[in-house]
Amino acid sequence: MTSLNVPMDPLRTPNSVPESELHALLDGRLSPPECAALETRLANDAVATATLSAWRAQREALRKLHRPLLSEPLPPTLLAAAQRAARSHQQFDQWRRWGGMAASVALAFGVGWLAHGQWHGQSMSQWPKESAQVLAKARGTSQEFARQAAVAHVVYVPEVRHPVEVTAAQQEHLVQWLSKRLGKPLKVPNLSAQGFELVGGRLLPGDAGARAQFMFQNAGGERVTLYLGALNGDTSAAANRETVFSFSTDGPIHDFYWVDQGFGYALAGKLPREGLMQLAQAVYQQLQP
Amino acid sequence: MDRSELIAQIPGLRRYARVLTGDAWAADDLVQDTLERACSKWRLWTAGSNLRAWLFTLMHNQFANQVRSSARQPNTGRLVDMEDVNDELIAIDTGLDMALDLHRCLMRLPQDQRAALLLVSLEDMSYEEVAKITGVPVGTVMSRLSRARARLRELMEGNPNRAAALRTVGSKPVLHRLP
Repeated sequence: MTSLNVPMDPLRTPNSVPESELHALLDGRLSPPECAALETRLANDAVATATLSAWRAQREALRKLHRPLLSEPLPPTLLAAAQRAARSHQQFDQWRRWGGMAASVALAFGVGWLAHGQWHGQSMSQWPKESAQVLAKARGTSQEFARQAAVAHVVYVPEVRHPVEVTAAQQEHLVQWLSKRLGKPLKVPNLSAQGFELVGGRLLPGDAGARAQFMFQNAGGERVTLYLGALNGDTSAAANRETVFSFSTDGPIHDFYWVDQGFGYALAGKLPREGLMQLAQAVYQQLQP
Repeated sequence: MDRSELIAQIPGLRRYARVLTGDAWAADDLVQDTLERACSKWRLWTAGSNLRAWLFTLMHNQFANQVRSSARQPNTGRLVDMEDVNDELIAIDTGLDMALDLHRCLMRLPQDQRAALLLVSLEDMSYEEVAKITGVPVGTVMSRLSRARARLRELMEGNPNRAAALRTVGSKPVLHRLP
């Protein structure tokens, strides 16, 4: 009906300082010369000056309102939540680094690009010197390990009647047997949350003794294998301290592998890299001591 | 990013949440929810980028979701009779009254305006940062800020002029009294 719902201030004139400038001044968005110029104009604008001082008082009051909260000790529930969030970030970070390395190692395979030091993402020189050396040393043996894992995968996965020596029905026996032969208590990861069930496992020969292979299969008949065993060669303390994650690809077969305390793990399958990486993440987490 | 960087952000988040929700318990719940949410969202944060702005964004979205779901229930989104407010706002003398009063007035601001005002005034964020956090253009941030300041001033000053003006407009009351 009328325009009175938004009443015009009768005291405002075309020469009045616009509101936007008052906000800018109040929120510290103006340079010192701009501030000075505006102050001069404000001297002739009582309405704007009143608005500004009201807003300024508002701002001060707001900032005082819950100031003690800033120095108060944090409630334990929030500290615990922060702890969880920090830990999950650390985990994520580790996995992203793994994913980032994947591309570089995949490139390195077969073509000998590694010799050129062609690493994507962070270059080797940016890494801590020690871990770069560890990586370089461990690379040779763990690559060989990954190759053997891929071969074992390709050999046994197409088997229809004898894919494994001992089936999942005898899982307890399987684990005891392979633990004894590998000289290390083994665990079989549970991948049912990812849709993969254990088919069974088998014993295989490796460079430095026995190796084991566990096979998993999903509802679609897709199989992945987890290959594990002690690495020959470099088992020095330095090389063992750090877990080094890598990715390799050999035709359609992808392979995530890592070495933890001189013991190698390789997860191989025809899955897309993302899917395989998720599985490898589950395996890694479950096999952590 | 380590734990201490994250913990350093919590007091600021708590204070913002406290004024945003108007309730100490609801505020700490909101901070907690924000931290839990961070756990599953780290892939969206670029390491080394502004952790504070990111956490405020998570919190903003979390709060917006809460408001949306509570808006589906009746009896929220209060309408206010200006004359009633006037009665409540007279006689501001002690600091405590002032704080209570400011708090009450803040809670009368629409949620969007309150968020814009707090992020700028309390957290010293730039208009661009606020736009990013609240997911709206900078122009919208400006108009929310402007409305929030004007409205808060009206509420704080009890605005007798405006109330008087409203009384003289037409024969029907412009604002409706709630039961």
